[in-house]
Amino acid sequence: MLRFLFSKLLLIVPTFIGITIVAFGFVRVLPGDPVLLLAGERGMNPDRYQALLHQFGYDRPIVVQYFDYVWGLLHGDFGISISTKQPVFQEFLNLFPATAELAICAMFLAIIIGIPAGILSAVKRGSIFDQATMGIALTGYSMPIFWWGLLLIILFSGILGWTPVSGRISLFYYFPSVTGFMTIDSLLSGEKGAFTSALSHLILPSIVLATIPLAVIARQTRSAMLEVLGEDYVRTARAKGLSHKRVIGVHALRNAMIPVITTIGLQIGMLMAGAILTETIFSWPGIGKWMIDSISRRDYPVVQGGLVLIAALVMFVNLVVDLLYGLINPRIRHQ
Amino acid sequence: MSDSTLGQPVQKRNVRLQMLAEFWHYFSQNKGAVVGLAILILLVLVAVFAPLLAPHNPIEQYRDMFLTPPFWQEGGTLSFPLGTDAVGRDILSRLIYGSRYSLAIGLIVVSIALLLGITLGLLAGFFRGWVDVAIMRVMDVILAFPPLLLALVLVAVLGPGLFNAMIAIALVLQPHFARLTRAAVMAEAKREYVVSARVAGARNVRLMFKTILPNCLAPLIVQATLSFSNAILEAAALGFLGMGAQPPTPEWGTMLAEAREFILRAWWVVTFPGLAILITVLAINLVGDGLRDALDPKLKRS
Repeated sequence: MLRFLFSKLLLIVPTFIGITIVAFGFVRVLPGDPVLLLAGERGMNPDRYQALLHQFGYDRPIVVQYFDYVWGLLHGDFGISISTKQPVFQEFLNLFPATAELAICAMFLAIIIGIPAGILSAVKRGSIFDQATMGIALTGYSMPIFWWGLLLIILFSGILGWTPVSGRISLFYYFPSVTGFMTIDSLLSGEKGAFTSALSHLILPSIVLATIPLAVIARQTRSAMLEVLGEDYVRTARAKGLSHKRVIGVHALRNAMIPVITTIGLQIGMLMAGAILTETIFSWPGIGKWMIDSISRRDYPVVQGGLVLIAALVMFVNLVVDLLYGLINPRIRHQ
Repeated sequence: MSDSTLGQPVQKRNVRLQMLAEFWHYFSQNKGAVVGLAILILLVLVAVFAPLLAPHNPIEQYRDMFLTPPFWQEGGTLSFPLGTDAVGRDILSRLIYGSRYSLAIGLIVVSIALLLGITLGLLAGFFRGWVDVAIMRVMDVILAFPPLLLALVLVAVLGPGLFNAMIAIALVLQPHFARLTRAAVMAEAKREYVVSARVAGARNVRLMFKTILPNCLAPLIVQATLSFSNAILEAAALGFLGMGAQPPTPEWGTMLAEAREFILRAWWVVTFPGLAILITVLAINLVGDGLRDALDPKLKRS
């Protein structure tokens, strides 16, 4: 297991170096002078230009600048936001819980609906239930989620008036952030109605963000299950006289879950991309909205830092999934 | 298969026809795929004949017709069947012209991604060694970023606009083709027909493109269909975020971006462009499922 872990870690290093090169190069290939871009709106004269050039280190060789940049990253220095003057890493840490809460809730929805739907579809292959489920799943998979979010707002916020349009909690409530998860913090605060408010803000964005992973998980579970149901050991289990439930629930399901877990892991990157759209539609103050706002504000240090942090996060989650995969599937570990 | 030694062209054509018939047999067993194909053909026709079909000019603003509802609602009129947007443009005409953008985006993005991905994958799988390592590590880096985020940043670098958005999406999608091609090439390169072609004196370029590539096409075609629908979705998302096609282009995602502030007042300006995206993407994905069933026997069971 240690060797497996080590080989996985080793594979990550070149990718991480590549990510830093992309983020480092990004600011340098932008049209326009980086010093002018970073200097903001104050006036510029040759003296100040030289001073800034030196301050940002642009008068040194590019390789030195790169290593300096990476050295900073490794010490948690991701630059300073132009618009808020806050360290980028600090902003990321402040906003991350909002995205994590949304993503976890979405993934939870996708898994508790997607896996049972996929299993039932496989077991009742060819039935009306199967066809309807797979039809809905393909529709979900094809969904432009930014439009889907707007439709849900029209229906649930506009026509029915059940849910709020944007934000994480009603402005009436104020309590200190403990975990950063609004639903948990609202419970801890003990304020009446705060939890309901937080939950009602969370539900629509979660549904929107869950849509594509849900569809993918349902489809993948169905096909993995169908594959497994045709295997010899399932036939053996049946022949032994085991009940239908036990064959499906124990023998087939455990093996079918292996590819499904990989699929779930691969959805994390998709989830981050989905968060950009979902958070924009619902004005959800997370890192997706932070990134898109920073891109339109031309706050390049934030974009640069955010790119590295998000890519590192996706890589880390994928590593954990890989390790889990090795843990539940010894065949991979010993290859 | 394609690199057969059949001499006569007639015989070759018969084989091709037979393959086509076999393909259609499998493809048509998937009813969803046939429906998807029909919708797709209809969409292509709409795009081609847009000037004949659209009742109005897609960017003309009718100043006394702001936010007219669809014809079946009170206040609607048949001359604007699906209503007008906030500056009085006919939504149906914009949707009809929009189909040109979406299909063109899909086609151009997939072509660029295919060309780049296949070339890189062939080089990596054929030469192995440091070429392989270098190319595939770069692909890993691209795949480490969420695709939409990377496309957004690329567009920020290149400048907002439809053309740059297409380039960005193609760059983000091509690693999938490179990986698939590489894997297929590595599997094929050891086969006897490749060795015999090499012994017969075929050069590397011929071996790569004429001998090996045609036998790796099935998974690439399936992936190309998936990428086609992905490209349309991503381009619409970029348009929605203001980084893709710019107003007044009747691109569906851009139409949605312009409609956002009116969602609670005029449901039709939001509903129809999104529905158009959904139907198009769904049709392509249905065809993709059918293609996979017909071309990839390994996946046929699912």
